[in-house]
Amino acid sequence: MRRIISATVLNESGVLNRLTGLLTKRQFNIENITVGHTEDPAVSKVTLTVWVEDDRKAEQLVKQLHKQINILKVRDLTNMSLVSRELALIKVLTTPDTRSEIKMLIEPFRATVLDVSLENVTLEVTGDGEKIDALIELLRPYGIKEISRTGVTAIPRGTQKKVLEFHPYSIM
Amino acid sequence: MKASWVAENKSVETSLVSGAELFIQGLQNENVEVLFGYPGGAVLPIYDALYKSEMKHVLTRHEQGAIHAAQGYARVTGKPGVVLATSGPGATNLVTGIADAMIDSIPLVIFTGQVATTVIGTDAFQEADIVGITMPITKHNYQVQRAEDLPRIMKEAFHIANTGRKGPVLIDIPKDVAVRTAEVKEVSAIYLPGYQPTLKPNILQVKRLNEALLQAKRPVLLTGAGVLAASAEKELLVFAEYHQIPVAQTLLGLGGFPAEHPLCLGMAGMHGTYASNMALYDCDLLIGVGARFDDRLTGNLDHFAKRAVVAHIDIDPAEIGKNVPTEIPIVGCAKETLSALNQTRGDKGDYSDWISQLTQFKSEFPLTYKTDVSELKPQKLMQILHDVTKGEAIVSTDVGQHQMWAAQYYTFLEPNRWITSGGLGTMGFGFPAAIGAKVGKPELPVIAVVGDGGFQMTLQELGVLQDWELPVIVVIVNNKSLGMVRQWQEIFYEKRFSHSLLDIQPDFIKLASAYGIDGKRAETESDVREALTLALASKKPFVLDCVVTADENVYPMIAPGKGLHEMIGVRG
Repeated sequence: MRRIISATVLNESGVLNRLTGLLTKRQFNIENITVGHTEDPAVSKVTLTVWVEDDRKAEQLVKQLHKQINILKVRDLTNMSLVSRELALIKVLTTPDTRSEIKMLIEPFRATVLDVSLENVTLEVTGDGEKIDALIELLRPYGIKEISRTGVTAIPRGTQKKVLEFHPYSIM
Repeated sequence: MKASWVAENKSVETSLVSGAELFIQGLQNENVEVLFGYPGGAVLPIYDALYKSEMKHVLTRHEQGAIHAAQGYARVTGKPGVVLATSGPGATNLVTGIADAMIDSIPLVIFTGQVATTVIGTDAFQEADIVGITMPITKHNYQVQRAEDLPRIMKEAFHIANTGRKGPVLIDIPKDVAVRTAEVKEVSAIYLPGYQPTLKPNILQVKRLNEALLQAKRPVLLTGAGVLAASAEKELLVFAEYHQIPVAQTLLGLGGFPAEHPLCLGMAGMHGTYASNMALYDCDLLIGVGARFDDRLTGNLDHFAKRAVVAHIDIDPAEIGKNVPTEIPIVGCAKETLSALNQTRGDKGDYSDWISQLTQFKSEFPLTYKTDVSELKPQKLMQILHDVTKGEAIVSTDVGQHQMWAAQYYTFLEPNRWITSGGLGTMGFGFPAAIGAKVGKPELPVIAVVGDGGFQMTLQELGVLQDWELPVIVVIVNNKSLGMVRQWQEIFYEKRFSHSLLDIQPDFIKLASAYGIDGKRAETESDVREALTLALASKKPFVLDCVVTADENVYPMIAPGKGLHEMIGVRG
């Protein structure tokens, strides 16, 4: 299944290389990855989405990441109550006829127009992956010229459900 | 006023030292006794500082020799082995040894030279991205950007290498960093927020294991290198004897529990004893201590300890549940955990039926081979080595048939006498590792048991024996082939011996003699006894080329994909 893992890392050169190298070595395929600063300039946060076969492999991934000296904290957010967002920039072909139609179409998605030229418009949309996928499908008939997606970044909600559905393979 | 200003300024000036000098000071702070290394362009400033210092340096004849020697040293002393090599090819020649140390959890601190920071990334002469190359095969690695960072990095590196699950740490030092000066400062306490190994076990899990022991009828201990790394042999003995739990050992765990103890079942795994493997197959409580359930040990996981509650004691949480589902996970160092178990022990279970069954297996299906007085059997050779050295020698090996025979027949009575390349299976490891072991433990006899193939990979280190007059005895188990490859080709590839027969080989005795080292060729058991007794008494290096039965195979054996109960060749 798809898992969202969040890792708090020291903001040092080579950390990302170490992290992705570890995933390659253990044959995990990264779907997407985002990195950015946190409230502490010495610390960065990496959010990655990986496809993992089972809970055992997921547990192994978290443990292996945790072993790295400059990775401070690793959390599997998959079964947590969380807010996650992804941003996409979409360049769609337009004609004078379709331009206003597209504008109406994107409204429920709360997408905004960033740039307009004679032949195309560039849109910005934020949300979870499914919402972005849905918008892309809607726009596809008009002709999509280019898409650039950021990948998921996530944070657990302030209040968590009491019952933990995730059963760790072994409890530490 | 002016005079005092000058004096003050002068004192500041004199406290400035070069990166290379900081390096020497760092080694002294860590009580490093010896470096294994090889010089080159990028480490010239460091070697110059070394020249002016008192630090002992063993010059090997190849960087691979240096790192394996450091591994042997670390394995017998428990201290990190320290390696120094130059940039580019010097550094890449260390890679095999680094990977070997990583997979077998051997503490090393490796220093490599690097081209100057001003030219890093320009494909400069002898530049290699060793930090990138070794990232997946080191516990941690660093590139030093400023001379003033070196003392802190060295302190961290030694700490990381020799605590928690031990392993290799590499420090890459650009040439200009070694030349530039910095102030000598006291290094503050180590601050590594991302590295806090758990040593003390969770007491609830310890309790659960004690309860499981009461429930169990057929418990078995599987002990690995973690017992040796934590020096937990005494605690293990107390634990096993109190509860009367039989002990199976991993290849790297040999010596952690006395081989001649009535509870000892011997080595488990692909070429393990029948008693050990059947105990692991049939047990109802498996207690792994500092062992990582490697595939050569478990065989097919579908048949491994299927009816057992698995308890796993390991310092590395990532090992728990990695290969074998674990009901009682205990993260902690073997010593602390076994003492906690010993302190909280309660009633004992009754395992007498189980023990008598396993004891019967031991006597009914011992390790065995067909004796033939007209030939020197390799298994017999190992038994003779044990007899002549009274089991006191440090024995190091490469990988392959000779390694398995040494593991099966040398009978390790004491800890830290066994050095072998377990996880990585490195040919050419045994001989340089023996050199390092002799440097670390000069008071013990050291025997490098090597194959004729593996010896040819690192035999240039005979130069070190000659140089230091190190009384290491090299025993070549000579079957004129890459024995284990040949064995697999015989069994699984219909005897198509593709490139595994080494009919052409040098005269090893003449070769030794070219290095000024005595040697002898042995073709019979009495040849071996005689030569070995003389060699041990002479306190000089010696090469003993033993011509053994060429087509002898290692048995018993579990074929790949088979379970522990599917052993072949149990009776010779």
